[in-house]
Amino acid sequence: MSVVSTPVSRTCPTTGRTIFADAERLIKANAVVSVVALLVGAIAALLLVLTRWQAVHLLPAVWYYRLLGVHGMNMLIFFIIYFEMAVLWFASTVLLNARPAAPRFGWFNFGLMLLGTLIVEWAQWSGNADVLFTSYPPLKAHPLFYLGVIFFAVGALLVTCQFFATLVIAKREKRYEGSVPLVVYGAVTAAIIAVITLVHGAMVYVPTFLWSVGLIGEVDPQFYRLLWWALGHSSQQINVAAMVAIWYMLGGLTVGAVVLNEKVSRSAFVLYIMFISMASAHHLLVDPGFSPAWKIVNTSYFMYMAVLASMVHGFTVPAGMELGLRLRGYTDGLFGWLRHAPWGDPGFSSLVLSVVVFGFVGGITGVTLGTEQINIIAHNTMRIPGHFHSTVVSGTALAFMGATYYLLPLIFRRKVSFWKLAKVQPYIFSGGLLLLVMGMTFAGSFGVPRRHWDTSFSQSPYEVLFNPAVDIFLAVMGIGGIIAVIGALSFIAIAVASVFFGTPITDIPRGAPIVGIPNGLTNPPVHAANVDELNEALHAPSRGIAGATPGTLALVGIFLVSFVVYYFVNWKLLTFLWKIG
Amino acid sequence: MLTKVHTGLEPVPGIWWRPAHKAEKVWVAIAFAWCMVLFAMMPLWHYRGGQNPAGVRRRVDPKAFYARTLQFAAQYKVGDDRGVPIVQAPPGSDVYLVGLTFQWYPILQLQQGKEYTLHLSSLDVNHGFSLFPVNVNFQIVPGYDYALRVTPTTSGDFRIICNEFCGIGHHTMVGRVIVVDENGTPVADNAAAKVKSAGEP
Repeated sequence: MSVVSTPVSRTCPTTGRTIFADAERLIKANAVVSVVALLVGAIAALLLVLTRWQAVHLLPAVWYYRLLGVHGMNMLIFFIIYFEMAVLWFASTVLLNARPAAPRFGWFNFGLMLLGTLIVEWAQWSGNADVLFTSYPPLKAHPLFYLGVIFFAVGALLVTCQFFATLVIAKREKRYEGSVPLVVYGAVTAAIIAVITLVHGAMVYVPTFLWSVGLIGEVDPQFYRLLWWALGHSSQQINVAAMVAIWYMLGGLTVGAVVLNEKVSRSAFVLYIMFISMASAHHLLVDPGFSPAWKIVNTSYFMYMAVLASMVHGFTVPAGMELGLRLRGYTDGLFGWLRHAPWGDPGFSSLVLSVVVFGFVGGITGVTLGTEQINIIAHNTMRIPGHFHSTVVSGTALAFMGATYYLLPLIFRRKVSFWKLAKVQPYIFSGGLLLLVMGMTFAGSFGVPRRHWDTSFSQSPYEVLFNPAVDIFLAVMGIGGIIAVIGALSFIAIAVASVFFGTPITDIPRGAPIVGIPNGLTNPPVHAANVDELNEALHAPSRGIAGATPGTLALVGIFLVSFVVYYFVNWKLLTFLWKIG
Repeated sequence: MLTKVHTGLEPVPGIWWRPAHKAEKVWVAIAFAWCMVLFAMMPLWHYRGGQNPAGVRRRVDPKAFYARTLQFAAQYKVGDDRGVPIVQAPPGSDVYLVGLTFQWYPILQLQQGKEYTLHLSSLDVNHGFSLFPVNVNFQIVPGYDYALRVTPTTSGDFRIICNEFCGIGHHTMVGRVIVVDENGTPVADNAAAKVKSAGEP
């Protein structure tokens, strides 16, 4: 980039970090495209939820299935992965004060991803890829659909390589001392899982593309499902790792959350890398192609080590926040630290809601549904979308939104527009999603299928009459979905207005709250000079096992009890079925 | 002993591999123990539980499976509902069900409390076998025969919903399974084929 008037780098007046212009532009471009994809996905979401709400039943069948594919691609792939590319650029450059590796190549890769995106959008909207997000063969889409996905995946894979190259540069140029920050470590985890994921993507989409143009006679449908889920679920693990990294980042920015123990948190990230990819096998628990031994090995020995990692982060993230707040003087009682937390800071509320919904709803349902036998009463029912809307949407997407409220002033150097709306947006979004997820989960428990246009079965040869309660659950889903879409559209409006029309800021004055700037930037959670002594005191042996974080121990205790109850209730439900073996 | 206080945004100088505090250790130990319980439940259920997605699984030519199903239907046909044969094979035998866009073939009539080997497969694309209202769900993949030992414990008129997207007519794909009770009481003549009483004794 040889624009003479633009300086190569600037020093952030708020954080003191060196930010390189090349990196900043790449972060911005990826973030903007990400939000555009979110908009497309959110509009599709509204139309879909108004169709699945059987009382409304808006779309005709063709458009329901078509938009279901559009929604999946735009949300799970485009929105999330563009944002993750922004996160990778941010973590490797801004957090390490480093310059990006080969920025022009970065633009080439961005272009490749964009080209792939546009091709996929064309294929889906024009009805040339009515195969849904998963595109299971022998259902066949237009060859360009597969090619578009390949372009996108290759671009993303190359950006990931650039991320690693940037880390090498930062180390070699001594941009930081010691080990990379925990947040960057989390981003590295996400990037490693991304490589595993995208290689599987190539393994599954290249042969499928060749099959679609007639060069290969057949793609084995079961083998495709195996490989596709190594892409489809592993990509959700990129999200998990990126989300946990953002949890640590937002904790630090909003309340001065501390890292309790680097060994524990980093080991948990390593467990993700080692075990989480095999967890994809839980999509195949009631498939005919695999033995029970294969299913159990992959989903228990391996997946549960990744579950362990999530349970560790589920403790260390809130405990780090608790300790951070206690060290800053909010020591009263078990939950005084929560009472004094900045609930009006959208970065903070996003963080807390993301942790709570991801853990309590997404985590517990995910592990339970991913159990070999329990999957019999869950597979392809609405319990499945109920689960993943609580992980990837109310967990990952909300964490990304929370991060955006800090990226707007720090990277885009704009005030957050519609500040009052921004302060409540995380609550609207998360609240709507909770209703949506509850509605879907309970409807699914009565056997309501996912990916289904008409649960009144008006065109089927035999009547299917669901329990009347299902109508209520679908209404709850519909209302929750509308609220969640309002939350998402509010976020989009805030982001777009801030980026293109927001008040530019050069320096953020400390002290008084400012409309449009999150609390963590106007009143940074700085620790006192004697913080290490305070820390020793809080960890005094006299304080017992609960130590410095008794509130969090109480919270994870509640979590564990909920987990155990939900898990065994599902085993009990299983015993009501026919005998199957 | 404690690490210097820092957030996750700061690089960590020196050695960070330090012992964790008791609270963390306790939680990691509890979480690990719980994961072991989760792990133990699956194999345990194979020995002690009545619902497992095990069965016998093998590759099969979709056309051959379809032909086998047609032959099976012709052999044990006892009735007919809207052109689809109702098929009652003796208890203990192998019964066949094939999914094809957008139909389940044939209509199986089973006896409550008797074990059958239920062969599931597809002639064309992926389908989802979802027994309503019992809520038993299996993935049906073309080219693979999923043979499950099934004992209906309730009688009634059941539905099979397709719950894997199989094309534009996916939502019309509904089949029937009839389970007669131990006395062999016929369920219905199926002209109306209501499902209201399904699952009730």
